[in-house]
Amino acid sequence: MKRHLISAADLTRDDAVLILDTAEEMARVADRPIKKLPTLRGRTVVNLFFEDSTRTRISFEAAAKRLSADVINFSAKGSSVSKGESLKDTALTLEAMGADAVVIRHGASGAPYRLATSGWIDGAVVNAGDGTHEHPTQALLDAFTMRRRLVGADAGTGRGLDGRRITIVGDILHSRVARSNVLLLHTLGAQVTLVAPPTLVPIGVENWPCEVSYDLDAVLPKSDAVMMLRVQRERMNAAFFPTEREYSRRYGLDGDRMARMPEHAIVMHPGPMNRGMEITAEVADSDRCTAVEQVANGVSTRMAVLYLLLGGNESAVSPTNARTEENK
Amino acid sequence: MSKILIRGAKVLGGETRDVLIDGETIAEVGTDLEAGDATVVEAAGQILLPGLVDLHTHLREPGREDSETVLTGTRAAAVGGFTAVHAMANTFPVADTAGVVEQVYRLGKESGYCDVQPIGAVTVGLEGKKLAELGAMHDSAAGVKVFSDDGKCVDDAVIMRRALEYVKAFDGVVAQHAQEPRLTEGAQMNEGIVSAELGLGGWPAVAEESIIARDVLLAAHVGSRVHICHLSTAGSVEIVRWAKSKGWNVTAEVTPHHLLLTDDLVRTYNPVYKVNPPLRTEADVLALREALADGTIDCVATDHAPHPHEDKDCEWAAAAMGMVGLETALSVVQQTMVDTGLLDWAAVADRMSFRPAQIGRLDGHGRPVSAGEPANLTLVDPAYRGLVDPAGFASRSRNTPYQGRELPGRVTHTFLRGRATVVDGKLA
Repeated sequence: MKRHLISAADLTRDDAVLILDTAEEMARVADRPIKKLPTLRGRTVVNLFFEDSTRTRISFEAAAKRLSADVINFSAKGSSVSKGESLKDTALTLEAMGADAVVIRHGASGAPYRLATSGWIDGAVVNAGDGTHEHPTQALLDAFTMRRRLVGADAGTGRGLDGRRITIVGDILHSRVARSNVLLLHTLGAQVTLVAPPTLVPIGVENWPCEVSYDLDAVLPKSDAVMMLRVQRERMNAAFFPTEREYSRRYGLDGDRMARMPEHAIVMHPGPMNRGMEITAEVADSDRCTAVEQVANGVSTRMAVLYLLLGGNESAVSPTNARTEENK
Repeated sequence: MSKILIRGAKVLGGETRDVLIDGETIAEVGTDLEAGDATVVEAAGQILLPGLVDLHTHLREPGREDSETVLTGTRAAAVGGFTAVHAMANTFPVADTAGVVEQVYRLGKESGYCDVQPIGAVTVGLEGKKLAELGAMHDSAAGVKVFSDDGKCVDDAVIMRRALEYVKAFDGVVAQHAQEPRLTEGAQMNEGIVSAELGLGGWPAVAEESIIARDVLLAAHVGSRVHICHLSTAGSVEIVRWAKSKGWNVTAEVTPHHLLLTDDLVRTYNPVYKVNPPLRTEADVLALREALADGTIDCVATDHAPHPHEDKDCEWAAAAMGMVGLETALSVVQQTMVDTGLLDWAAVADRMSFRPAQIGRLDGHGRPVSAGEPANLTLVDPAYRGLVDPAGFASRSRNTPYQGRELPGRVTHTFLRGRATVVDGKLA
């Protein structure tokens, strides 16, 4: 694995499978009465959040704490430059405090890449969502959830998502979740189809390793998993679609539409959900919807990422775990 | 003033000649000229060009002296082989009154490194709402002939029409920064394959092309002339080519960086590649080179845009747009146009001196290298190869996209009205 996790494209298939397998071990720890591992004792993980995201921050916080790392939460709301302190100065401050890993959420696409490549800090950088670029740990937890559900927790070990048909629906244009998922799911062998109104598909999508459709009903029967993306209501004002009602009618997932999916197929959502917009309550609360499971899996997956980036050389869970020699 | 003999240079890349400068003018062009009491510049193997003229330079003074001043900017210009630059109007305060353009003009006179011809704003405060006092700026000591809201587009069709019409009274020209504002809200880079991958807001080619199409039609309608700044797309080339085929009075410039760099570089998220209009695709680059070669694009203009280090040492979205270009312009043109066989040196003289001086109606520049002409001259060693090192720049700013890149050619001497401003590649 590379030293940083900036993009899902940074991961080879072996890297990705290793993370998912390690996450599976971490998930077993979560079932123990004592959920904590000593692996990262004495290491410092900084959660550097330039954007509000309580969910992602506490997920990383829980992951780091379960690995016994010291966690510093650094909330720097608003634009770095307009508020005075630059990203560079923030980075130099963290470096001086001895951060071993920096988990960064930033409104500007590429900010984690700059942090990792500008020589400002030595620690590992984990992208926790940058602008409309990527959110690789979300894609990893999504892949983890899919592998568990579609292949099996034990049966899936060492395997990818080969041949699985994954449909991602919604605001692709502004979605860092979609970008990371397309890249990672392709790496893991899945077939990805994006469904959105044409206004919410980026120019240049033809180079992505996926299909694009404007017709949700045609794609649903051929889907093993359907991921619904959150649609910001303010997009309506920028003429991406006429009204919320029309969006829901054409691209929302309701009970009738869910019935067209194969029986084994699951519904996913990265949260927070806009109930009544892209997903109805009936679907959101059904057994097929993995939204809550994804949150739990997020902690295990992020534990795996932090462990492999920071601890890597020693066994994560027990001496019998010998999978770490794959970690190059 | 003393005499200078430039010995054995290829004039415009052609015949080898000696050129004798006496005072401010070229006294004689010939072979085996006697040096007499003249200072001799041995120029065997070098190319002698008319002093370069830049139609598009941001000197930043008044207001942003932390990035450049008229003095440092003209020093950079001299190093790059320029003897005249047009100073863009987007200063603080904006150059939208006779007072500001006269200040810039006076600072240029005082600098002594190259002539500074101020450009006046088209609209008050570059706001696109109300015409600035174009006539007053023209009538001032600065004698403004080129007007531009560069940095912003004159997007209101009526204001643009009126500006085009109004400047006819004194043979002025409106230089348009073609950027449809609504189509470029939040724009960070060229819209296409790379922007889709990087998740950066797209600046579509159509935002440039639609304004150019409108403005060439407006210029034709009112019988005025329009100049297109920093044309950057293959589609824009097609529109200008069509307008010229109609006989309309349209001219266009291209920057050196749009002749060389593509949006692939944005994958580094390094803001040194952030510029407006943005770096485009390989296909655009090739179309621009071809258009400069066939004359569809009239000239090269640097869009030299200095920014302080902190405005580039940050995340992409927070960074300022623009690149310095005066000191590397000729080398980039040599690499992209001369070394590729698209232009000979005589055509480089046309695109970087004659044509920009004509478009700007600038007296005393862009003249032939012959006896009796003002001695504004640039001597280039085309065999030189070197790595770009911004630490050695004369400009106050360092925001070059060519750091560490090997570029061909070097300006060894620049003469402004017979006075050497650059000698052996160093400021005199």
